[in-house]
Amino acid sequence: MTCTEFLALLDDLIDDSISAEMRAELEQHLHKCGHCEVVFNTTRKTIEIYRSHEIYDMPTGLRERLHAAIMARCKNGC
Amino acid sequence: MTTIQSVAGELEPHPDVALVERVRGGDVSAYDTLVRKYERQIFRISQHITQNREDAEDVMQDAFLKAYEKLDQFQGNSKFYTWLVRIAVNESLMRLRKRRTGKMVSIDEDLETEEGTVPRDLADWAPDPEQNYNQAELAEILRKTIQGLPQGFRVVFALRDVEGLSTEETAETLGLSIPAVKSRLLRARLQLRERLSRYFRRKTGAKETGPGEMGRGEMRVEK
Ligand SMILES: [Zn+2]
Repeated sequence: MTCTEFLALLDDLIDDSISAEMRAELEQHLHKCGHCEVVFNTTRKTIEIYRSHEIYDMPTGLRERLHAAIMARCKNGC
Repeated sequence: MTTIQSVAGELEPHPDVALVERVRGGDVSAYDTLVRKYERQIFRISQHITQNREDAEDVMQDAFLKAYEKLDQFQGNSKFYTWLVRIAVNESLMRLRKRRTGKMVSIDEDLETEEGTVPRDLADWAPDPEQNYNQAELAEILRKTIQGLPQGFRVVFALRDVEGLSTEETAETLGLSIPAVKSRLLRARLQLRERLSRYFRRKTGAKETGPGEMGRGEMRVEK
């Protein structure tokens, strides 16, 4: 397997949407190729960091304003 | 009416279905529950697309209000959350169009770039690289980095990787084909990785001791 072939399947490996045989082939490449190992680990880490850190905090009071707006519609509608 | 079970292939209907039914029956408090459940996600998605705090606030409000008013049109052949996300995406794009009048705004723009398709920075990262920064610094790095992505990549990454929609749901929400979502996701991930690398790479004091001078070599990738 070449690095190009590995990269083409990188997402499937990360998302675990791959057959057991293909996974074994990809892991074999990882063992031999330090560059792909770095790309694989750091890409996975990239996703994990974005998933676990809130970068846009919701402003305070937004929920209350929304609630009031919905109640106003509700009075007319239900 | 189509049942959730037959479409989603699940035995249990999604808990949102019961909440939606209650709202339709006139129980507004059930809608509050839905708002609380998804307000953060909807706000984040709106921020990712509009890149503007006030716009994101307006979009979040408008999206939930619109969903409330259109609830009768919600068919139940998709998840309530996905349906809500689609409304928020459309509202966000509309908001962008208003801001940049005359300029075409779509999630298809700026995708010519080949940047990031081939990994260049091959340095390994520190074991827990985010711990080298405090919360505020880290959030700033992550914001700056994702804001530098082309819109069409950023939205796919936000929906698929941050908010956890499936590839199919992301495609449906954005009106893209599944291969288009996949190709954008890979490029978004690789570009973010590349850009974060300068903050997170392992700080080596002097000379690299490991074999093979990792991080300086070129990856052998055919163009
Ligand atoms: Zn390789």
